[in-house]
Amino acid sequence: MELTLRIKRFNPGAERPQAYWKDYPVSIEDNATVLDTLIYIRESLDGSLTLRCSCRSAICGSCAMRINGHAGLACKTKASEAKDKDGVIRVEPAGNMPAVKDLAVNLDLFWRKIEQVEPYLKPQGPVPEAEYVVSNESMLHLSGVTACIMCGACVSDCTVLEVDPNFLGPAALAKAYRFTADPRDGDAKGVSRDRLRTLSEYGGMWDCTRCYECVQACPKGVAPMDRIMALRDQAIKAGFGNNNGARHTEAFTESVGHSGMLDELQLPIKTVGVTNLPALLGFAPVGFRALTHGKLPPLVHKNIENVENVRKLYQKLDASESEK
Amino acid sequence: MLEHDVLVIGAGLAGMRAAIAAKAGGANTAIISKVHPVRSHSNAAQGGINAALTDRGDNWEDHAYDTVKGSDFLGDQDAIEVMCRQAGRSLIDMEHMGVTFNRDDEGHLGTRAFGGQRRARTFFVGDFTGQALLHVMFEQLIKSGVRRYEEWFVTSLIQEQGRVCGVVALEIRTGQLQAIRAKTLIFCTGGLGRVFEPSTNALIVTGDGMALAYNAGARLMDMEMVQYHPTTLAGSGVLISEAARGEGAHLLDKNGERFMKKYAPNMMELASRDVVSRAEQTEINAGNGINGCVLLDCRHLGEKLIKEKLSQIREIGIDLAGADMIREPIPIRPGMHYIMGGIKTDVDGLTNLPGVYAAGECACVSVHGGNRLGANSLLDTIVFGERSGNHAAAVSKQMEFIEFDGDAAVKREEQRIQGILNRPQNGDRVAKVRLAMGQSMNRNLAVFRKQEGIEETIQELQELKTRYAQAPVDDKGRVFNTDLVFALELGFMLDCAETIAVSALERKDSRGAQFRTDYPKRDDENWLKHISVRKGEVGPEVSYMPVTFTKWKPEERKY
Repeated sequence: MELTLRIKRFNPGAERPQAYWKDYPVSIEDNATVLDTLIYIRESLDGSLTLRCSCRSAICGSCAMRINGHAGLACKTKASEAKDKDGVIRVEPAGNMPAVKDLAVNLDLFWRKIEQVEPYLKPQGPVPEAEYVVSNESMLHLSGVTACIMCGACVSDCTVLEVDPNFLGPAALAKAYRFTADPRDGDAKGVSRDRLRTLSEYGGMWDCTRCYECVQACPKGVAPMDRIMALRDQAIKAGFGNNNGARHTEAFTESVGHSGMLDELQLPIKTVGVTNLPALLGFAPVGFRALTHGKLPPLVHKNIENVENVRKLYQKLDASESEK
Repeated sequence: MLEHDVLVIGAGLAGMRAAIAAKAGGANTAIISKVHPVRSHSNAAQGGINAALTDRGDNWEDHAYDTVKGSDFLGDQDAIEVMCRQAGRSLIDMEHMGVTFNRDDEGHLGTRAFGGQRRARTFFVGDFTGQALLHVMFEQLIKSGVRRYEEWFVTSLIQEQGRVCGVVALEIRTGQLQAIRAKTLIFCTGGLGRVFEPSTNALIVTGDGMALAYNAGARLMDMEMVQYHPTTLAGSGVLISEAARGEGAHLLDKNGERFMKKYAPNMMELASRDVVSRAEQTEINAGNGINGCVLLDCRHLGEKLIKEKLSQIREIGIDLAGADMIREPIPIRPGMHYIMGGIKTDVDGLTNLPGVYAAGECACVSVHGGNRLGANSLLDTIVFGERSGNHAAAVSKQMEFIEFDGDAAVKREEQRIQGILNRPQNGDRVAKVRLAMGQSMNRNLAVFRKQEGIEETIQELQELKTRYAQAPVDDKGRVFNTDLVFALELGFMLDCAETIAVSALERKDSRGAQFRTDYPKRDDENWLKHISVRKGEVGPEVSYMPVTFTKWKPEERKY
């Protein structure tokens, strides 16, 4: 198979360090992965090409990079499927992390965020002599999260981290969920209250915008965003609803459940809290601009037709929830 | 200068376990690794970890006997006893740390069957047990507060007054060299798979610690014992876990026959790895395979079991061989996987060099002897990692640092590295030399060996060493220069390769993983002993060490 690997190179030791694209036309076996191709280039054409890689079987997490603009593992991506109609595959370092050299990025911030969630089991109460007795289902569920190999693909493509480096990010939050969902962590009922309280703060679970990029990028099916949503559920249940994120969710749910559609006027008010004057005043300029541009939502919020059907759906959801 | 009571080299399972133990023992502890800890090759262990838990009717002596028999009676029985006695405690410790082991219906730890053992005592997390353990150990490492040097590569040891007293290490990201003083060193650098081509091992598995210790005067033992895993994927050579056979998968020849009935009528596919690999290679050589492979058939296990317990290897089959094991058998063959030999230690990890320890795959206690049982390697790492960490911490309290000129040591190493960077282009490449070494080793030191072949490889290794000394690197910079790292690693690998070949030539019988077609019988009268090598003037110098027996007398091995 003939193809061209278009690699974004960067050498900080160069006289004028600047990233540039370089094309490597290669002839390689049909079933080669992108990693096989990169290794071939490194071993046969240009030994100065730097990338991290080790296991070649999607378990060590070293070779996350952007392939054709999206993060993934080079060892898990078939070259034949990645090449475009001109036979070109674009390979560049993972996003949201500065390149050190070529495809190797600086993961310091990634690891700092992981450490920030205190990533180790914190059981309360006496440790049993033998193993903790817990259900297989609970362990299988957790194994779906511990399957995370810390490759950083989700962080690379996270659209919140792109604009707010303070966000814990999908990998660290999924890691946190791995503990909050562990029946061995937290109090006697397995509720990790301290974790949920901290994770509800600024930069935590409520800062995800649900763009789905992390779910798409994850090569191990961890679905970080789903874990973040599960964290929100846990936090509200544990009583940590006193924050914008949780109030936003509840106001949203309440409005749709009541009228069948979103009351856009009430949503921001309920999100920050009716008595939160400074925040409410902060909305004034936005409200004014909306008004002058004819974008202000109707002042009187009406029910949609057949709203009873929506309410029936809610009742069904509530019933299935209480069954659990 | 940076200095630590205990410096652990390598941050896989053994290394992290050792560091955590040393820190808990009150020592100023650091861990240094050429990759971030969670990138370590312990990840690749798929199937599980063995332990005999008494509360379910198992006992450590049965586990120990299976291990002794698996080792073809070359394992040291005192060491095997230590490992198997401690297994239960170590396993439960890992569960308490947070490993998400699969459970049975009552919520207790679940088991699966594994090769060479008479009962199911392998505990597991799906088919990524190693990864699960490694990440939990890293969590505990974070919690412990051990100083971590991540992506630092130890290039040489510093010796003064007859003692190893520190290291020179390359900070890969900056290219700077630094000396680190240490009272005690624990090597946990893993195996040497890349000495062979192909191998199931990751690209980082290059025998660094074995070679560093060997060059400093440490004894390497059982180096001829190289495990070929029975199920590695056609083409890429990536591992397909023994868990597949543990869960009931069959091995088939080209006619769909379960050929293992000829070789191990009782245990069939779950005979020990050396036996199964030899059977497969015999069938392939006799023309009963398909394109140099036999077939691993999981279809009868059903979709549910495969998805729940073998999901990762199913994924590997789909990704790398284009075959979904739910619907079709996958082509597999024996492939280099593990080395039973390594730096000779006692049961506390101590080597023949004072203050120098080793644990995990780079060590040889010897608990695996001629052949390691599946799921005993994870156990080996955590048991002997912990023991060596404990011991080193205690010993370092009684020791003083040895003074040495760190600047001079760095300068010497700087010159050596500059020498490598300055080598003129000559058309040769480090990767080419490595490939030639790997292919030679795989040709002559694989499942079947004989004198002429081994001698051919020893000769080739000499030529490759000459080429290596001239092999240029393309990258002349210092920042993240992996080209340079590979060149340094290749030096380590060539040393390791030589010790394997010399040991294999020395052993003139067939035992465990070594099958000599010119000496096809096990010869207990002459060769029931360890082969040990130390660095001599012109190469490895061979000597013998006795095998320790406690309860179990050598007997003919049948499965």
